[in-house]
Amino acid sequence: MTPLENEITALKKELVSMWILVQSQLNKSKEAMVNFDKDLAREVLIKEKRVNSYELKIDRDCENIFALHCPVAIDLRFLLAALKINTNLERIGDIAAGIALYVVESTVNFDVDAMEKTSLIRMYDEAINILIDTRTAFEKEDTVLARSIFKRDDVLDDINVAAPVSVGELIKADISSLPEALYILSVIRKLERVGDQAKNIAEEIIFYVEAKILKHFESSQMGNTEIED
Amino acid sequence: MENTIVKAENYNSYFGDNHVVKDVNISINKNEVIAVMGPSGCGKTTFLRGINRMHELIPGATSKGKILLDGENVYDMNAIYVRAKIGMVFQRPNPFPNLSIYENVIAGYLLNGIKVSKADKDVIVERSLTSAALWKEVKDSLHKKGTFLSGGQQQRLCIARAIAMQPELILFDEPTSALDPISTSSVEALFHELKANYTLIIVTHNMQQAARVSDRTAFFYMGELVEFDDTKQMFTNPADQRTQNYITGRFS
Repeated sequence: MTPLENEITALKKELVSMWILVQSQLNKSKEAMVNFDKDLAREVLIKEKRVNSYELKIDRDCENIFALHCPVAIDLRFLLAALKINTNLERIGDIAAGIALYVVESTVNFDVDAMEKTSLIRMYDEAINILIDTRTAFEKEDTVLARSIFKRDDVLDDINVAAPVSVGELIKADISSLPEALYILSVIRKLERVGDQAKNIAEEIIFYVEAKILKHFESSQMGNTEIED
Repeated sequence: MENTIVKAENYNSYFGDNHVVKDVNISINKNEVIAVMGPSGCGKTTFLRGINRMHELIPGATSKGKILLDGENVYDMNAIYVRAKIGMVFQRPNPFPNLSIYENVIAGYLLNGIKVSKADKDVIVERSLTSAALWKEVKDSLHKKGTFLSGGQQQRLCIARAIAMQPELILFDEPTSALDPISTSSVEALFHELKANYTLIIVTHNMQQAARVSDRTAFFYMGELVEFDDTKQMFTNPADQRTQNYITGRFS
């Protein structure tokens, strides 16, 4: 392998490690919320610093590779994609930490039944699965799997759109659940952002592998049809 | 195409039985900078030397096919005329050591016995050295030997010598490979200026140079023209896997 190939392989491994950490952060923030486990939530907050460290390290590595190896073609596209995926993952890490902070700060317990009724748990599971699948698509350079993310993000969007009604019903049923309902609404909003970040990542994977730019296309166009360069 | 200045049609070059350039078809437009790259022995320099009929100067070297300059086959023209119309700059700066800077610039006229008045010579020298971005540096030492100049200046003097003949096309065979980075940078900056009046074809081993200076890039491999496209396209998303392997250093 050339020195550049070695650098790129190492960078790819580092991104995957960051991905696994962010995935674990999102998973733990869910567990912390469902079980109202403040200790686990605190762990997520502490580990957020590791996510940030990964982001800085990957940024620096990309900068060094640009400066020292002058990458072109697929290598250049990989590095450009890596820089953006790095930012997207860091933001998902922020979202997990933000939810964990709700758990730490909240004085009210989160009712699992309320989370079910508002589809929050389903949304959480789908967000985590999407994140896992984007990682698989990245590792295997699988653009078919990457394209499937666009449709699945619609599921998160639908739950988010329905949230005012579903959360409103919780409040109507029991006005004392207002603080909890507002937390649930905020978490739904945050998880919707996870879907957006995952969609951005999927676009970067397709750019890297196929040199196709899908940004600013509607998701209905992106899923199945061929987009011109 | 109306804007085409030089076109190769099924062009082949040989050294004896060795088939070095294979069936090349390429069309180059006026005022374009074209980079030609490829691994050693791929035929890029041989192709370049075929354009101004320098290939045939080597014993045993032959060629087949056409090189059209403004629609006319250079192999049907007088070779001296072709080389006046198509200037060439080589890897190592090669000013005539016994001639002054002034004489070096007008060497094409002197060596071909073309009579030019003193006033016209002065105009040609100043215009050529200005075009080669050398006038300001040498205007007070025009009668010193060309070899007193630095490597980068000598190469620009060679460019001025080529420009003096008012060619339509200038060929560069690895023009900066013997120069330091500062001189390289000044010659590369010159390419951008020359583009306004001339068409340039540059053979280079330096891929970053090809990316920096050219509008379109041709990739040669084993005598074949594998890919010829916009430089931006070639360096971001080349169409041929061989091109990608070469520019990313994965060539085996």
